[in-house]
Amino acid sequence: MSRDRTSRRLPVIITLVVGLMLTIMPLPESIRAFRPDWLALLMIFWAMQLPRTWSVGSAWVVGIVLDVSYGTLLGQHALALCFIVFITVRFHLLMRVFPLSQLSATVFALLAIYQFLLFWINGVAGVVAPATAYWGPVITGTLLWPFLFMFLSGVRYRASSGG
Amino acid sequence: MVASRGNDSNPARIPALGLRFLALVFVSILLMYLDHRENHLDGIRRGIGAAVYPLRLAVDAPVRLWGWLGDSTTSRNELELELGRLHAERLLTNARLQRLTALEAENARLRALLDARSRVRDEVRVAEIMAVNANPYEHNLVIDIGSRDGVYDGQAIVDADGVVGQVIETGVMTAQAVLISDADHALPVEVNRNGLRTIAVGTGEIDQLDLPFLPNNADIRAGDLLVTSGLGGAFPAGYPVAVVNSVTRIPQEPFADVTATPSAALDQVREVMLIWSRPTVVREEADE
Repeated sequence: MSRDRTSRRLPVIITLVVGLMLTIMPLPESIRAFRPDWLALLMIFWAMQLPRTWSVGSAWVVGIVLDVSYGTLLGQHALALCFIVFITVRFHLLMRVFPLSQLSATVFALLAIYQFLLFWINGVAGVVAPATAYWGPVITGTLLWPFLFMFLSGVRYRASSGG
Repeated sequence: MVASRGNDSNPARIPALGLRFLALVFVSILLMYLDHRENHLDGIRRGIGAAVYPLRLAVDAPVRLWGWLGDSTTSRNELELELGRLHAERLLTNARLQRLTALEAENARLRALLDARSRVRDEVRVAEIMAVNANPYEHNLVIDIGSRDGVYDGQAIVDADGVVGQVIETGVMTAQAVLISDADHALPVEVNRNGLRTIAVGTGEIDQLDLPFLPNNADIRAGDLLVTSGLGGAFPAGYPVAVVNSVTRIPQEPFADVTATPSAALDQVREVMLIWSRPTVVREEADE
């Protein structure tokens, strides 16, 4: 049972590690503000597909790791990620039957909420940042979502078919 | 309930989701409060930071490999050219340094005459910047030495051309630094030409600093070099910071609109120097 569980979690963990690497990868200053929130996208997908294993708890842990590697307030990304994953898990049945276009719109809303929470906490803590730092990731994240969705669905089926 | 079998695609409700969520929200808020108010959480940060370290290395590795490949495939011709250039540069620098030694001795003598108490003597160490971008809201960078090598919070970082920034968070093997261009960063400077003191504030643009607190009649003009004044305590005095590139005086406004370009190549540096400044007594120095 436990081995079965590990083998089922491994693909997800690999995608998360790759996502974290993409998150801390250096980008030229001009496009840096448009780096998508890889981990938020990944967590939305996995929470939608496997809400029992990947729920608010794991989102919180991922968020804390994100906070440490960003050097932001400890708990900031954790809270924001936790919140959107909570919504995702709450409506995962609904989201699973959405056509891709509607799902993309939902992801757009979730990413916007995520960035808004970060913006809010930044505001309370007194961190000033340009507006593109908040809008950029929402736009690129939404545009990327369909491709990421197809890719991750592939990963998921390969993983669950035991290949 | 079927849910106990842990089948992920089971459409049953997720148990205690709301409760867990509320608990985590509470913990997050508590953490943020503690983190913002005090520095109780440095230990936790360091622990998780050490766990992320291999990942940082992995991200950094391809870039480093590329640089190494570039170095090892440079043609002999290019290397000779570079060598020639470096020789010439060294000659120039040495000549300038000779004068500096004389000036330093003179300065020490004069200060001794005036009975000035102490002066800052700096010790530096080179650190490499890891190819890792951190916080999207701030201009910062990650360097490859940490508290193990004696790095401390608030330490000044310079490159060959000027001030780069200061350390804000020290991990065991890495440290995070904020650049002077960060919108949250302010740095006490003085105009090298006449000693006019002011504050250079980051704008969030990598190539621009603002000097918002200069009155309209201040003696400042484009081309003036700004150096650290050492008044804030974080930076040792006398390091070049930026060159004033425009001064706009608007008659109705109390303050002039002054912008400056950082001397250091903030977005291109690969190696930086960390400064350990410690006060030494001038008398001893003069005796040497």
